[in-house]
Amino acid sequence: MIGTTAPAKSRRYAFGRAFELACLLAISIGMLALAILLVDILVRGVGTLNWGFLTSFPSRFPNQAGILAALVGSIWLLFLTALFALPTGIAAAVWLEEISDRRNWLSRVIEVNIANLAGVPSIIYGLLGLGVFVRMLGLGRSILAGSLTMALLVLPIVIINTREALRAVPPSQREAAYALGATRSQVIWGVVLPAALPGILTGTILALSRAIGETAPLITIGALTFIAFLPTSAFDPFTVLPIQIFNWVSRPQKEFHALAASGIIILLVVLLSMNALAVILRDRARRKVQW
Amino acid sequence: MSNDAMAVPRATAHTVERSSDLRRPLSRGIRERAIEAPLLLAALVSILTTAGIIAVLAFETYEFFTAVPIGQFLTDTQWTPLFSDKHFGIIVLLSATLITSLGAMVVALPLGLLAAIYLAEYASPARRRTIKPILEILAGIPTVVYGYFALLFITPILQTLIPGTAVFNGLSASIVMGIMILPMVSSMSEDAMAAVPRSLREGGYALGAAKFEVATKIVVPAAFSGIVAAFIIAVSRAIGETMIVAIAAGMSPNLTLNPLVPIETMTAYIVQVSLGDTPYGSLEYRTIFAVGSSLFLVTLLLNIVSQWVLKKFREEYE
Repeated sequence: MIGTTAPAKSRRYAFGRAFELACLLAISIGMLALAILLVDILVRGVGTLNWGFLTSFPSRFPNQAGILAALVGSIWLLFLTALFALPTGIAAAVWLEEISDRRNWLSRVIEVNIANLAGVPSIIYGLLGLGVFVRMLGLGRSILAGSLTMALLVLPIVIINTREALRAVPPSQREAAYALGATRSQVIWGVVLPAALPGILTGTILALSRAIGETAPLITIGALTFIAFLPTSAFDPFTVLPIQIFNWVSRPQKEFHALAASGIIILLVVLLSMNALAVILRDRARRKVQW
Repeated sequence: MSNDAMAVPRATAHTVERSSDLRRPLSRGIRERAIEAPLLLAALVSILTTAGIIAVLAFETYEFFTAVPIGQFLTDTQWTPLFSDKHFGIIVLLSATLITSLGAMVVALPLGLLAAIYLAEYASPARRRTIKPILEILAGIPTVVYGYFALLFITPILQTLIPGTAVFNGLSASIVMGIMILPMVSSMSEDAMAAVPRSLREGGYALGAAKFEVATKIVVPAAFSGIVAAFIIAVSRAIGETMIVAIAAGMSPNLTLNPLVPIETMTAYIVQVSLGDTPYGSLEYRTIFAVGSSLFLVTLLLNIVSQWVLKKFREEYE
């Protein structure tokens, strides 16, 4: 009897091995693609990456072109977006998590709405920004209009991540504060927010790194692709790193493609440092706080 | 003696506490309300965002349809709003969007599912801990970088493999878009598989199933609703993806099934018009909102379907 099933069994196990290899291959393709992408960009972009590149404005001549205006524009955008999105997002999360009753119709509507907003394509936010901020409020193609658009784009992510951080604070902490006679706002300000702060920071930094990499909504609101001056106020026109990279990629000349690769290196360095900061904050909080 | 010393301040504190208690309800009540109101307002911003999106799209799209009959918009087979002979057939842009998204799914669906099976069933916890962050990096790379990769790395390879491939083509964009959404498919599918209870797998082994049989015949069917929802969300993401297709697939509206020629997706058209200097209120300006509305409706529909699938086909194991 064993003699009759053994070949079938070994065939099944051989097939199982092949299947496992196929799975491993599938996941390797993703990682291999990442490796090729990074190596290709480094090889192409390192050559033109120098101090002049960081401190020059864009130019029709590739050897004079630099990324200064885009880098400064991205930093402006990052800070203004944070200024609008963080207080609003954290406040909204506090309301949903600490104040409203879960069964309340309003909080349920807001919750479903946030989940749906997170699935809206980013370019649609660009159309919203174009219609409301650029045209209706008359902000023009300014950094302010861009940051408000970006703030709305990252708001659902800020809210979702902040809520997770708030939920990680154990109820016993709140109950202890209430037992000492604190009011709800005192519990929120004095206990919940300080305890959740590292988690909130981690989540919001990750949300902001999304804003740094976004291109489409800013093109839609009319951010310029060629800027040879630095913005001095939030009402000035601007460009950002991804748009500058897009501009260089779309040109036919090879020299500009190298500049695009250099720009991507800068962009990835900015993103990686933000992510590293988020990870460090998270680890620190984990080591410090033990419930 | 030390007990007495301790008791005095405690008693004082207690009395002070009591006397202020009398004023507490009114002042505290008002203060609590005053603090809650701005928080509620912040939460309402998300509702306002949705209302704003719908209002802006609806208004400009309505204006668009006063100039262009909706019948022409839905049935015309040409899209030439920027030429003097204007045609407004959304089918041209919609088909390009669907073709590139479908291509992306052909790449991401099998790879993502196999990768998820590997992570959920085969990988040791240590290996999972190293692989997952790498995939997360893949998901965090800005789309303009993927566009660069598609145009300057994948397309030249395609051109040597398949002579006659145009510089801008749908295939290259599809492949790279597939790589972009792969981590999304794999991580959401893996979550669904990880939620399948251990007892089901053990039941399979007890009946003599091999590991791959447990994975494909027990775990995947049990996690099916989650996997389908992951696919639908990934499709919706591909449909809304902009920079990869704008850079690599081109900006020439062609009604074709050929993946080797330039095409223009809905998102790429919005980018194309936005890059130019379109006068506010002109018909060209309104076309991007009409296209945006179509895009919004398609992705909204997919998101609703995915939520419905999750609810309807969820296999409940306590």
